Amino acid sequence: MAMYDAADLKKGLKVEIDGQPYVITDFEFCKPGKGTALYRCKLKSMINGSTMDRTYRPVDKVGIPNLEERDMYYSYHDGQNYVFSDAETYEEISINEEALGKRTYFLIEEALCQGLFFNGKLIDITLPTFIEKVVAETEPGVRGDTASSNVMKPAKTDNGYDVMVPLFINVGDTIRIDTRTGEYAERVSKG
Amino acid sequence: MDPFTRLQQTVAALKFRARVLAAVRAGFDKRGFTEVTTPVRIAAPAAEEYIDAPPAGAFFLRTSPELEMKRLLCAGMDRIYQIGPCFRAGERGRLHRTEFDMLEFYMAHADYLELLDTIRAIIVEAAISCTGGTKIKARGCEVELGGEWTLLPVREAFRTFANVSADEVAEQESLFEEILVEKVEPNLPKDRPCVLIDYPIRFGAFARAKASDPTLAERWEVYVAGVELANTYGELIDPVVQRERFAAARATRRRLGLTEYPEPTAFLDAIDRGMPPAAGSALGFDRLVMLLAEADSLSEIDFPLDDEQEP
Repeated sequence: MAMYDAADLKKGLKVEIDGQPYVITDFEFCKPGKGTALYRCKLKSMINGSTMDRTYRPVDKVGIPNLEERDMYYSYHDGQNYVFSDAETYEEISINEEALGKRTYFLIEEALCQGLFFNGKLIDITLPTFIEKVVAETEPGVRGDTASSNVMKPAKTDNGYDVMVPLFINVGDTIRIDTRTGEYAERVSKG
Repeated sequence: MDPFTRLQQTVAALKFRARVLAAVRAGFDKRGFTEVTTPVRIAAPAAEEYIDAPPAGAFFLRTSPELEMKRLLCAGMDRIYQIGPCFRAGERGRLHRTEFDMLEFYMAHADYLELLDTIRAIIVEAAISCTGGTKIKARGCEVELGGEWTLLPVREAFRTFANVSADEVAEQESLFEEILVEKVEPNLPKDRPCVLIDYPIRFGAFARAKASDPTLAERWEVYVAGVELANTYGELIDPVVQRERFAAARATRRRLGLTEYPEPTAFLDAIDRGMPPAAGSALGFDRLVMLLAEADSLSEIDFPLDDEQEP
């Protein structure tokens, strides 16, 4: 199996530990008191998001995960899982709700997405960065309370997603949501 | 951050750094130290087990000016300091750069604790001159530089924070460092500088043994806001023991497959002629600037390196 040297480790690198893919979310190079170097990593599982700390010494090796990205289109929800089709082969591959989290609210039929495969198994989907939704519920903004542009209020989209929006957003407005953070990005049009 | 924005950030940092440089130089100058300049490209770096010198042609870039400055002590200088570039291959991170400035100073006929008084006074003076006070907020802590500094023996620190014997863990490869980083350093007091003192002799590469307990090396390291800032030895001046330490470090480097350096013959010749008893200290100058600037990482205050990575 291909391995990284400890000296290759850095923030953002994807590694394999005990047969699972992890991404390094924080990295600190330590060399206490003229001693041996230590590479301290905070790691996040790419399968279930669980986190752990590991410290590597210069002689240590870390696995390189077999990861592959493929273009996929979102097809449908089969009642239990979310089904995507491979853009080249049209093969249907499903992924469960747990892996998608709140992103299930951002799925749009036939939207081009990127599927991430670990050892041939679909483990994650990257959606289009922005999607548009219509605001179904929100209290009207209170005049005089708009001094700060950072003031936000709760809203609900037409498919039931709860999101904080600026005070000037009204029911019927179309807004853009950043699928990476799940947060409001901007207003597209007034309702 | 795009490179030009990063460069603009560097401008303010470099202006601040120049003030720290001036304050530190003034501190040494008024205490009778002479600023010296020694070569950056050298034939034989000190053989240290875990510090790698980048090759430069048939020579190496220095990892510290230690051996050259000790030659000056042998030649009769007694209070010297140097602030200049040093290089350590493969060291990169928030607190490490492959190229950095070392502030190194030596005092003949001084005890390693006398150097603590010197560095404390100079750091306090630099803080007042550059920040207007002695309190800094760095890396999430508020540190009072001006009051008492905590002195903590290494054995006590390992016993208190990790419930292990420092001497026992020192026998195992990298275990001492792992416990130091994971259990001891995070628990050191952070409201004031903390000095870890008297290391197991194995961790005193160029330090002499304590007269009262030869299993300990005369060595201290000061931590400010959890950042290891300066390392100090009561210097080893015995040429026989010095040769043994070099041989041991060379053997370790060979076993680990690291570059073997030539024998530092000019240094050994000088120490054979006689080195006065002395204490010496090496302080990461960039880290001092970082702390006084209340920055969290060296990349916030240093001119970007051409091979810099995202921190």
